Amino acid sequence: MKFQPDNNGYYGQFGGAFIPELLYPNVKELEDNYIQIIESETFQQEYKDLLKHYVGRPSPLYLAKRLSEKYGATIYLKREDLNHTGAHKVNNTIGQILIAKHLGKTKILAETGAGQHGVATATVCALMGLECVVFMGETDIKRQAPNVARMKMLGATVVAATSGSKTLKDATNEAIRYWIQHPDTYYLIGSVVGPHPYPDMVARLQAVISEEMKVQLKEQTGKENPDTIIACVGGGSNAAGAFYHYLEDEEVELIAVEAAGLGVDSGESAATSQLGEVGVIHGSKTILMQDEYGQIVEPYSISAGLDYPGVGPLHAYLHETKRATFMNATDREALDAAYELTKIEGIIPALESAHALAVLPKMNLQKDQVVVVNLSGRGDKDLETYIKHLS
Amino acid sequence: MNSIQDIFNQKENDLLSIFFTAGFPKLDDTTKIIDELSKSGVDFIEVGLPYSDPLADGPTIQHSSDVALKNGMNLDVVFQQLESIKNSNKTPLVLMGYLNQIIKYGEDKFCQKVKDCGIDTIIIPDLPMVEFENHYQQLFDSYGIINVFLITPHTSEERIRKIDSLTKAFIYVVASASITGAKGEVSEEQITYFKRIQAMDIQSKLIVGFGISDNKTFTTACEYMNGAIIGSAFIKELDKKGIGGIVNFISTIKTC
Repeated sequence: MKFQPDNNGYYGQFGGAFIPELLYPNVKELEDNYIQIIESETFQQEYKDLLKHYVGRPSPLYLAKRLSEKYGATIYLKREDLNHTGAHKVNNTIGQILIAKHLGKTKILAETGAGQHGVATATVCALMGLECVVFMGETDIKRQAPNVARMKMLGATVVAATSGSKTLKDATNEAIRYWIQHPDTYYLIGSVVGPHPYPDMVARLQAVISEEMKVQLKEQTGKENPDTIIACVGGGSNAAGAFYHYLEDEEVELIAVEAAGLGVDSGESAATSQLGEVGVIHGSKTILMQDEYGQIVEPYSISAGLDYPGVGPLHAYLHETKRATFMNATDREALDAAYELTKIEGIIPALESAHALAVLPKMNLQKDQVVVVNLSGRGDKDLETYIKHLS
Repeated sequence: MNSIQDIFNQKENDLLSIFFTAGFPKLDDTTKIIDELSKSGVDFIEVGLPYSDPLADGPTIQHSSDVALKNGMNLDVVFQQLESIKNSNKTPLVLMGYLNQIIKYGEDKFCQKVKDCGIDTIIIPDLPMVEFENHYQQLFDSYGIINVFLITPHTSEERIRKIDSLTKAFIYVVASASITGAKGEVSEEQITYFKRIQAMDIQSKLIVGFGISDNKTFTTACEYMNGAIIGSAFIKELDKKGIGGIVNFISTIKTC
C-alpha cells in the first residue's frame, strides 16, 4: 500500500500535522478515532444510506458519445455534477458530519472558496440540526453571492475573512483561528488538505467515486480499470476520490489537471505543482506557491475552486513519484471546454471540472483508450462567468 | 550557557518579556525598538519574524506582519539588523517565526544566521513536539539553539511532563485557549489553570503569554508563574504612540 499515509500522516516526505499546540487535543481526538468510526458498521450504514437516498448516488458513469467521437477515444464522464448540492463536495460533508456526531460535536466550522463546500456543509448541518459557521473570503463573498444566500437560507452563519487577500487561503486561516478559540467546534475541512488525519479522512470519504467507477466500468466495458482517469486539482479532493481505488493499479494512468490561470508563467496562475516548492501550509507539509522567503503567494484562476496556493500531500506525493501526470489548463482553455461540452453533450460543467475536460485536446488519445473524466460539479454557479465570456 | 537561562539565574520571578514584529511600524525600527526596550528594563525580548499566514496570531499581530512585509522586511534584512546590534545589545532576544519561513530559507542556513546574531532561543508555534523530536531536535542542538514549547489549558498532564523534559529555556504558557490579543483580563478559569500547572512541580520556568496587556494582568500572571509576555498590547501602543512611548508604557506595566 504505497499510497496510504504512515502513522504520522506522511505520504513519503509530505503530510504530517504542523499545528499549534492549541489544536493538538482536537486533531489528536480525530486521529485516534476516525478510522474506527469510518470502518464501523453503524457509520457505513448511515453513510451509504444517505449517499443513496439523500445525495442520489451512485452517480451515473455516462459514455459521452459525441465527445468520444470528437477526440477519438472512449470517454466516460463520472457525473458528480448530478449529486445533491451540485458537486462531489457533499460526499465528504455527509461523512464528516456523521463523524462529528459520533464524537459528540454540536457545532460545525468550515471554510469555503467558491462556496460549494460551504453549501455542502450548511446542507448537512441543516439535515442534522447542527450549528454551522462558514468562513469565506470577503472577495469571494462578493464573487459568489448566490452561494452565500444559499448558505444563509440553510441556516449557516457566514463570516467574512478580511485578512490577507480575502480569498480561500485566508478563509482557511480564519477558520483555523476560530477553531483555536472555540476548541469544542468540529472543523469540517473541505478538501484533502490540512493536518493529518484530514487528507486521509477526506480521501477515504471521496473514495466512493472510484469505488462506483469500478463497478460501473465492469458493467459497461467488462473491465474494472479504465486506461486513464482525468480530474482537476485545487486542493485535490475530487481527484483523490476518483484516483483512490486505482492508486495501486499502476497500469491506470492518472492525470491531475491544475489551473494555469492566464498561463503557468504569467504570474497569474494556480499551477502549484509547476510553481510550488516544499513547505508547510494549513498544517501540512506539501508543495506550495511561495516567494523566496517562504511567504505564501496568492494564486489566480478564473475558477474559485482551484485558486489554492497548495495541494494536498497525497497529490504532492503522486507528483513527486510520478504516479500521476500533472497537466494544466488556462482560463481560456477551460471556458472553451465548458462551451464545447455544453454544445455537444448538453451538460454545463463547473468551471473547475472544465479544466479536466480542457486537457482532452492536448492528449494523444487512442481509439480504444477508455478515459474517465471526473465531472466534479455542475456549472450553475458559474453562469455569470460563462455568459460574460461568451460574447 | 543559554542567554535566557542566564537571565533566569539572575532573576526567578516577575520577568517581563515584550513581543514585537520586526519591521513594524517602519522597516528600520527593529533595532530602535530593542534599544528602547532594553533601556526600559525588559528582561528579554521576542522578535517576531513577519509571516504572510500567521495561524496562531490575532488581528493586531497579523496587521503588524502585513505592514512589515510591505515595508520590505524579510529574513535577510532582519538578520542584518540583529547582527548589527549583536555586541551593543545586552537584553537577550528570542526569535518567533513560522516553520515555512525556516524551511524555505534553508534550515541549516537559518540556524547559522540565528547563531551569528548571538541568539540562541526560538519559538515556532506551528512546530509540534513530534516533528521537533523527529526532524529538528538534533539540528537545533548542533547549533546550540533552544526551542520553546507552548502549553495550553487543554494540554494533558502527560504531555506537559514530556514538554517539561524537552525544555531547556522556558515553557510558554498560553493563558487561554485563544489566539493572541483576544482577551482583556485574567479570568477565574485561567487562575485555576495556573494553579493546576503550579501544583505539577514543573522543572522549567513558566512564562505566560497571550492575553497579558497591562499592569493588572501582568501582576496576576506573576503571582502564579515566573513571568509574562506582552505582545498585541505593546504593538497597539507602538502603533499609537511610536517608539518614543515605549519607556513610559513599560513603566506602567512594571509598577507594582
